[in-house]
Amino acid sequence: MERPRIFRARGLTKIYDMGEIRVEALRDVDFDLYEGELLVLLGASGSGKSTLLNILGGLDSPTEGSVWYQDHKLDTSDEDAMTEYRRHHVGFVFQFYNLIPSLTARENVALVTEISENPMLPEEALELVGLADRIHHFPAQLSGGEQQRVAIARAVAKRPHVLLCDEPTGALDLETGRIVLRALERVNTELRTAIAVITHNAAIAGMGNRTVKMSSGRIASDEPNPERVHIDDISW
Amino acid sequence: MRAIQKKLVRDIWHNRGQVLSIAAVVATAIMTVLSMRGTYESLRYARDSFYQESSFPHVWANLERAPESLRSRIEAINGVQAVDTRVRFMANLRLPDRQGSVTGLFSSLNPDVHALGQLVLRSGRLPGIRERDRVVINEKFSEANDLGEGDTFDAIINGQMRHLTIVGVAISPEHMYPLAPGSIFPDHETFGLVWMGRGVLASISDMEGAFNEVALQLQGGTREAAVIDALDRILKPYGGQGGYGRSEQISHQFLEGELAQNRNTGTLIPAVFLAVVAFLLNIVLRRLVDTQRQEIAVLKAFGYTNRDVGWFYLLFAVLAVFMGTIVGVGVGSWLGQVMVDLYKEYFVFPDLRFRFGADLVALAVIISLVSAAVGALGGVHAATRLPPAEAMRPKSPARFRPGLFERMGFEAWLSSSARMVLRNIERQPVKSLLSVVGVAFSVAILLLGMFMFDAIDYMMDLQFNKVQREDISVVFERPLPESVQAELEHLPSVTEAEVFRSVPVRLVHGHLDKEAGITGRRLGDDLQRIVDEDGREIRLPSEGIVLSRFLADELGMNGPGAIRVEILEGGRPVRTLTVVDIVDDFLGASAYMELDALHRLAGGTRSVNGANLKVLPGTRQAVMADMATIPAIASASSPRKMYEIFQEQMDEGFLLGIFFIVFFSSIIALAVIYNGARIALSERGRDLASLRVLGFSKQEVSFLLFSEQGLITLVAIPVGWVLGYWLSWALVNAFVTESYRIPFLVDTSTFLFSAAATIMAAVLSSLVVRRRLNRYDLISVLKTRD
Repeated sequence: MERPRIFRARGLTKIYDMGEIRVEALRDVDFDLYEGELLVLLGASGSGKSTLLNILGGLDSPTEGSVWYQDHKLDTSDEDAMTEYRRHHVGFVFQFYNLIPSLTARENVALVTEISENPMLPEEALELVGLADRIHHFPAQLSGGEQQRVAIARAVAKRPHVLLCDEPTGALDLETGRIVLRALERVNTELRTAIAVITHNAAIAGMGNRTVKMSSGRIASDEPNPERVHIDDISW
Repeated sequence: MRAIQKKLVRDIWHNRGQVLSIAAVVATAIMTVLSMRGTYESLRYARDSFYQESSFPHVWANLERAPESLRSRIEAINGVQAVDTRVRFMANLRLPDRQGSVTGLFSSLNPDVHALGQLVLRSGRLPGIRERDRVVINEKFSEANDLGEGDTFDAIINGQMRHLTIVGVAISPEHMYPLAPGSIFPDHETFGLVWMGRGVLASISDMEGAFNEVALQLQGGTREAAVIDALDRILKPYGGQGGYGRSEQISHQFLEGELAQNRNTGTLIPAVFLAVVAFLLNIVLRRLVDTQRQEIAVLKAFGYTNRDVGWFYLLFAVLAVFMGTIVGVGVGSWLGQVMVDLYKEYFVFPDLRFRFGADLVALAVIISLVSAAVGALGGVHAATRLPPAEAMRPKSPARFRPGLFERMGFEAWLSSSARMVLRNIERQPVKSLLSVVGVAFSVAILLLGMFMFDAIDYMMDLQFNKVQREDISVVFERPLPESVQAELEHLPSVTEAEVFRSVPVRLVHGHLDKEAGITGRRLGDDLQRIVDEDGREIRLPSEGIVLSRFLADELGMNGPGAIRVEILEGGRPVRTLTVVDIVDDFLGASAYMELDALHRLAGGTRSVNGANLKVLPGTRQAVMADMATIPAIASASSPRKMYEIFQEQMDEGFLLGIFFIVFFSSIIALAVIYNGARIALSERGRDLASLRVLGFSKQEVSFLLFSEQGLITLVAIPVGWVLGYWLSWALVNAFVTESYRIPFLVDTSTFLFSAAATIMAAVLSSLVVRRRLNRYDLISVLKTRD
């Protein structure tokens, strides 16, 4: 039996027209993401991985090709539909945490739970990422790793089907990076949330169920990872 | 062009909205300085030079009749420099092309080159001292009735019809605001000034070798009150009605009131605008520097000096001021010209031109530049203070803490978004406070401007619909018996007639005294009423006297009490009277008594000097025309007509006035709110983009951004109301004159309008910023550090 798919993308092409130069960020890419899996999307800078993630997350639109989220075709030209989609179904984590500096950790999470349908309690989400004791701290009072974990808690609090993470450890040192990765892994195993992690850091690839390598806007390889590496053994 | 200059050009282009909004405020500031202050300077210059050239008197006195020989005694008063005696009276005129009553104030001409209050001829010539029936008329009267050199008209003088020929048209410094006695609004069609040679005028009015008005010029440093006292003593046996100085001279009083208003608004409003300029340049440049701290660090790392970098940001301010100045000077001088032309409609000057010295422009530019520099300095100081290494590091997240509301225990009531808004406002309390003050001033200026219209409208409505309800008011040539009322009632179309008597008096209370006229009316009379500022009718007592608040204040009376009354006519008895009521009214300085009580007080015959008439609808013109043919009637006027003229002029001025008030005040609100929103967007664009990614819609994100400006506007509105209310109150208190007081009332609709106009300006600025917010590229914002 075929596993249920969260994303199905076919023939994705993305061309950025910057006046005199045309940049082909994606060239005829087919891509699937399955329920509950933890996928690592590996590629150098400019390989097209972020473009793919942004299209999946409803932040950008392909020049050609189409994307389905479960049974729904994503139509990025419908602004309101995309807002609804991001609001209820998909969570984001970025390299630069993008927390709201004027809100505490709990309030940053509450910002999302206040507008979604079946959210966790903010405290629950922060507990999940190991920050139960920091909930009343403002971003300026938190370390980079703590800020990134608040960002993860904020992304999962609405119980999304999928979490899209763009270089979540890119700004962190090894030890804090591991803590953040553990938080992601816990979300994946305890909540069964599918996760796609983008990174240029090959060391991280071992933690996923599957690794997709991208280069020059194309998928170079797509391989399952039967023997996942324990996060404590990852290093860079 | 050097690279740093190119950077300047591009930064300015990128921030053109902000440069333009600041330039607009600078332009408006200079516009107001030039037009308001410039109008004030122009009017004052024109008036002072007219007063100077025409030897404008310092003191006047009217009397019944005194021999010319008295002149030497007046000249001997200590401090008197020059004396001018005159013959003056009112007479009915009949113009060839005009139906109805026209009144002329005849004055003798003094051929002496040292005469006081000399005329300035606009055309023609002055009549010779012995030239019969040749007259000069005033310019406004000539224009309104299309009369000029060689035209003729008739006048009933001393019961005789005289056929007069105009030989010249002139203006007089004593009548720069040509107003018929007792009226509050000029009507040039029915009131004219007529000058004739002294000899002829005296002979036809039985005043040969005598005078009934005297004007004095004083030596510098003379105490006016002392001269008036001495003059009053000399004139007392000759029916002197009390001397008065410039402050009580009607034309001077009106002009002075207008100048004072110009000076006040011409100082206050530009000052507000310049303060707003300083504030905006401060916050905008600070933010610009903040967003560019890394670029500044790179420039400094390359070896640019603090001065190079400092100049760079200062130039930003200089450009805004420069653009604002060009527009401000252009529009301001045009506006000043328009305002000066408007004054020419009301006031008469020999040479009123809008003049603004280069000094005035320079002053405005310097003030703008200094305030811009002061504002820019803060930003530049912050920019050049950073060591390059520190500036190149990204800024750590801004520090926040729970807001006041939450600390007060309202935490549970607030959503996370509401907390964001409140904490952002509270984090920069000074900036938020100044934004509130700026927007509040916009509301206050609106309120102040609108209030003037409300007040004048109310005053006029009260005066002409509640106080003076008669169609026609007539003044008799000489006192007539009370029985004249029956004769007036029998005139065609007249339905009601009520006679009155007015008696000139000096009221004395303690060491204070004041000349006034007591009007006596019958108890049941209804055409004129005594009405207070709230429109309530005050009943005339059968004994005692009712005083205007203005008179009571002049006499230092707070409530009922006794006063001494010196009658200034007939046997000049001195009596004591009880003040039974004080009425808060707006026009004139009145005193009222019951007619019989006044007869008993003044003694002599039971005579009356005038009457108020009610006529059949549509017959006013015809009755006025009839009045002009009755020799016993010196003048007839129509309060109704005065009200109509007033309303016509108000309608013209109203729209223009409202336009400028709304325009000026909106510029402040627009600039403050636009820049506030732009800076908020630049500071929080990243937060807002995060929210969009998290699933907030464009509307929700805009709402968050504009709640902050919205909250500032909402807080500013009541603050502006209080400020505007206070400014209006200050204005009212600055204008207490004998001729009029401004009622202090602000209409509910004025409060609402001032709020609505400010909210409109806020919404408009938000819409402009929203366009920018909608164009935000979500991904690129999130992928970069601040």
